Amino acid sequence: MKEATREDCVFLTEGRDEPLLRSGNTNCGGCGMSVVLQMFGRAVGQRSIQMVIPACCGIVTPGRYPDSAYGAPVVASTFASAAAVASGLAQVAAMNGDDTRVVCFAGDGGTYDIGMATLSGAAERNEDILYICYDNEIYGNTGGQRSSSTPRGASTTTTPHGKDVQKKDILAIMLAHRIPYLASVSLAHAEDTRRKMEHALDTRGFRFLHVLAPCPTGWKSEPADSIDLIRLAVKSGLFPVLEAHDGGDFVVNIEPEMSSEALERYLSLQGRFKKSGLDPAEVGAAIRRNWQRLRPGWAGEVGDDGA
Amino acid sequence: MSIDLLSANHAAAKAAALAGRANRDGRGFGGGVYPITPQTECIEQLCREPFEKGELARVESEHSAMAVCIGAALGGARTFTASSSNGLAYMTENVFAAAFYRLPIVMMAVNRTLGPPWNIWVDHGDTLLLRDSGWLQLYCEDNQEVLDSILLAYRLAEDARVLSPVMVCQDAFVLSHTMMQTDVPDQEQVDRFLPVLDLPHRVMDRPVTVGGLDFPHETEAHRRQHAEAMERAFAVYAECQDAFEEVFGRRPADPLVGYRMDDAELVVLSMGTTAATARVAVDEARARGVRAGSLRLRMFRPFPERQLREALADVQRLAILDRDISLGHGGVLWAEARGTAPPGCLVQNYVIGLGGGDIQPSHVTDILTGLAALDEAEPPRIVEIGA
Repeated sequence: MKEATREDCVFLTEGRDEPLLRSGNTNCGGCGMSVVLQMFGRAVGQRSIQMVIPACCGIVTPGRYPDSAYGAPVVASTFASAAAVASGLAQVAAMNGDDTRVVCFAGDGGTYDIGMATLSGAAERNEDILYICYDNEIYGNTGGQRSSSTPRGASTTTTPHGKDVQKKDILAIMLAHRIPYLASVSLAHAEDTRRKMEHALDTRGFRFLHVLAPCPTGWKSEPADSIDLIRLAVKSGLFPVLEAHDGGDFVVNIEPEMSSEALERYLSLQGRFKKSGLDPAEVGAAIRRNWQRLRPGWAGEVGDDGA
Repeated sequence: MSIDLLSANHAAAKAAALAGRANRDGRGFGGGVYPITPQTECIEQLCREPFEKGELARVESEHSAMAVCIGAALGGARTFTASSSNGLAYMTENVFAAAFYRLPIVMMAVNRTLGPPWNIWVDHGDTLLLRDSGWLQLYCEDNQEVLDSILLAYRLAEDARVLSPVMVCQDAFVLSHTMMQTDVPDQEQVDRFLPVLDLPHRVMDRPVTVGGLDFPHETEAHRRQHAEAMERAFAVYAECQDAFEEVFGRRPADPLVGYRMDDAELVVLSMGTTAATARVAVDEARARGVRAGSLRLRMFRPFPERQLREALADVQRLAILDRDISLGHGGVLWAEARGTAPPGCLVQNYVIGLGGGDIQPSHVTDILTGLAALDEAEPPRIVEIGA
């Protein structure tokens, strides 16, 4: 087999001397977080970044000391501390006039759960940090336990019959902090992803990006389906693709089709929803309620499910 | 240099601010601060101090206060925070992390009882909880010592041979809220004493992961290096004493401070302000013809075992006073120090002053009298002082 040359990998290094996620990383095949890193690396380009990664999957990614599969400096923080460690780094960078961006890169466990107080504190202080949450809706590092981001009906090792409560609305929580910029990111929509990442990189103050990041291992899905799953989540309205500035109203960036077919396919491609007897119609109703909240006055007339 | 009337909390803040400003030509000063009684006045004062190049994050918890120190230190800044009691317990995970990153962070810890039930008075159990954290620990006896120890702590922590964080401990209210005449040095003196910090592993552009994954082999090497740094800290501490004396004209105390130890047969070993009380009792005993002496352990980590062995070589009876208790065993100081007494020396543990019980010279006198009358050592005694 022909060995890949540097030229073959040029799409990974576009604008950079080396990719942000280098070879030798420990991620599983089809890992959504890997895709986030590849997309983010391209958005970063020649900018200087310093990353803070708590004890989520992302800190197993670089491999064993002293190797590092990250193409940027990284501080591995304690699980709850990413946004606070980043606050210290960012403050010192600012007082020294360093041309760098401090980026937190954390999973849903480190964001929705154990890191929530730290995240909220840093957002309230409007620290000069870009916080990226790759949301795989599970404690992946420890083998697949429920988090407060796990959706209703998903089986995990600690909810073997399916989780019986819905996931937290992280964007609403962050919107309530009235930070300069926040957005949800669909990796199936590369241009929107690239635009948001670049905008977030070049905005000052606290910025938050929420990225849906399929975990084939935990979701019991095919690695090759990861991007399709995201596309289906967007099409069905399950994953709203939004952005907001300074606590203002959400702007919808990708119009959902509110497709019940897409929703059913999204659920059926994943083994994690098989055991709970989850009714797609109930999920569809929850999706419509969410959109009515996002767009007050909207009657949910879009798409077949809302008709 | 000026003589000010300062509480130990304010003395600590003044020292941290002087040290922070001394790094203005380097990467500046940083840290996270969070209030807790009886430390709050320290961070309040710090927030009033002017810095040319310094920034403090007013964070949402002690856990984050230390996390900000970690981030700022990794960015190359000189860093400080302060905490106490349950705040230290809550901070614990990042206290260990700070040491394992080998960051020269300095923290002022006010010793206070752990709760619940809530009790704001002095007890050493909070910082002793952190004895295995990889921090150096200095316990102080008066406000001048608090101020001097913080300045000295930076030089010690930042020395390339040590490169470990230092905790400067002082007793709640006995020092934290008690005003004493305190010699506050000039900025120019502190600038001379504290060179600009140049952290060898500061985060820059190199794609390294700080604090990533260790396998057993790497952890063994990292712990061994850290343990060796702790061992080297004794010699570096002595150099810091010399340098301090040269700049400021007074000499910080040794890791182990003896009082009337020359021919002492009956000795009281203690930490913090208990030792000041013990000295009064020793004087009284001496006046009665008893060959009494006092030892104050100023440095608990690294533990000055050799110095203790030498100081105790001719002692016949040793009372170890603990203002703390490891439940299910006894006093922490006793557990660590009793093995340094010579064979045949009777060692008795007295757990005294828990929860801020007011240790009076008469209590120590009673202990000395009881110690002289013991036939053999007994299990640790909990002395209940009451209000």
